[in-house]
Amino acid sequence: MSQPSLFSAKTWTVTELTRHVRTRLDSDEALQDVWIQGELSNVSRPASGHVYFTLKDASAALRCVIWRTEARRIKARLQDGEAVDAHGHISVFEAGGQYQLYVDDLRSMGEGTLFQEFVRLKAALEADGIFDPARKLPIPALPHLIGIVTSPTGAALRDVLDTLRRRLPLAEAVLSPSPVQGAEAPTSLVTAVRAAQRQNPDVILLVRGGGSIEDLWAFNDPALARTVAASPVPIICGVGHETDFTLCDFAAALRAPTPTAAAELATPVTIGDLRDSVTALQGRLVSALHDVLLTGRSLIQSLAYTLGLLSPARRLESERQRHDELSRRVSLALTHDLGLRTVALRGLMQRVNALSPAAVLERGFAIVSRTSDGRLVTKVAQASGHMQVRVSDGEFRVHKN
Amino acid sequence: MAKSTSRKTPKDLTFEIAVAELEKIVASLESGQIPLDEAIGLFERAKALLEHCSRLLESAELKVKQLEGDEAQPFEEDGS
Repeated sequence: MSQPSLFSAKTWTVTELTRHVRTRLDSDEALQDVWIQGELSNVSRPASGHVYFTLKDASAALRCVIWRTEARRIKARLQDGEAVDAHGHISVFEAGGQYQLYVDDLRSMGEGTLFQEFVRLKAALEADGIFDPARKLPIPALPHLIGIVTSPTGAALRDVLDTLRRRLPLAEAVLSPSPVQGAEAPTSLVTAVRAAQRQNPDVILLVRGGGSIEDLWAFNDPALARTVAASPVPIICGVGHETDFTLCDFAAALRAPTPTAAAELATPVTIGDLRDSVTALQGRLVSALHDVLLTGRSLIQSLAYTLGLLSPARRLESERQRHDELSRRVSLALTHDLGLRTVALRGLMQRVNALSPAAVLERGFAIVSRTSDGRLVTKVAQASGHMQVRVSDGEFRVHKN
Repeated sequence: MAKSTSRKTPKDLTFEIAVAELEKIVASLESGQIPLDEAIGLFERAKALLEHCSRLLESAELKVKQLEGDEAQPFEEDGS
């Protein structure tokens, strides 16, 4: 399309022309995603929340606007004279007849340099395996001792302690203090992390509240990042806000978006959980004992039954039975014995009978005894006075003068 | 059989150790393999452990120290 001549037949309205210019600018892709370096001037922040300023260098100026929503996100200081890199797209504010930069990101010049440095350092550490997920230590569920590396005066420490008090007052915290910004901060933080490690905590919180990228820069120190990665104690890093990332975040066992979140991640089990588990154990204990007692009771019942079987009364009964049996056997034996003896006695009696004088008398002999003294007369000389003569069927008396 | 568990009085035990012993006692009581007289003894022990744990939970107050060199000193919080 050829450039329209001022003397062409068509006369444009201001709106038409402005819209045309705007369309041309909006369709130029190079102008939709640009970084522009310059110095801030005429910074104005009306109540609307939008920010207006002019970006200028030695020989030119560019009107700029940051909408409220973007302005809230941008952390660089917006002050006249500040050298910045602004990012956004070029368009036209039709009502003012102005082309301007609609800013969606803005960094102080230093910040831009630092960002490039961050990218470079991160790549170097990554190549050394410092961020390897395999070397990250697990976070213990119930820490006794929690190391905290931060400034003793910062809001971060207060947030962490408040969170620990709320979630796990059973624990103990040990602060290893260090400045968290300034030239000395990286070395001091390394020393503080090591001192914290020597206390043998279960976990270490490396925290700092929010700030600009310069404020947080100490946490991008490669030596500190290496110390964090090599820590024998798991480290949870919570620096700045959700959107801030530091090299320590990548090197740590766990990254937390904020110091408060770091304290929460360090206490996965809270005192409420512990109360619940103690209560649950109490319940289990009571029902276990109940079961034991029930088992015991049925044991007692079965013992009582067994005991009944073994009771003396029963024993007595069986002894009695045994006794009866024995007596029966004894009497049987006795009877038998008696029988035998009777037979023997009969034989004996026959033999005794055989010796009896009666049998001799049957054969004609007589037994003579003196009446006076009952003595047998076996010699003639013994015969005197009255004598008894016994024969087989009786006795008679004789007298010798 | 001699008890292998340490028979420290509960108040000398940390929360975890007390809870671990409690878990063990409850599990063995639940097994039903414990003679009655021994079970009663274990129950008494468990009761003492439970009371100790509850007391620890109720009285828990975050202890905070601050390192000076390698010395842990009491931490004095700013009243801010």
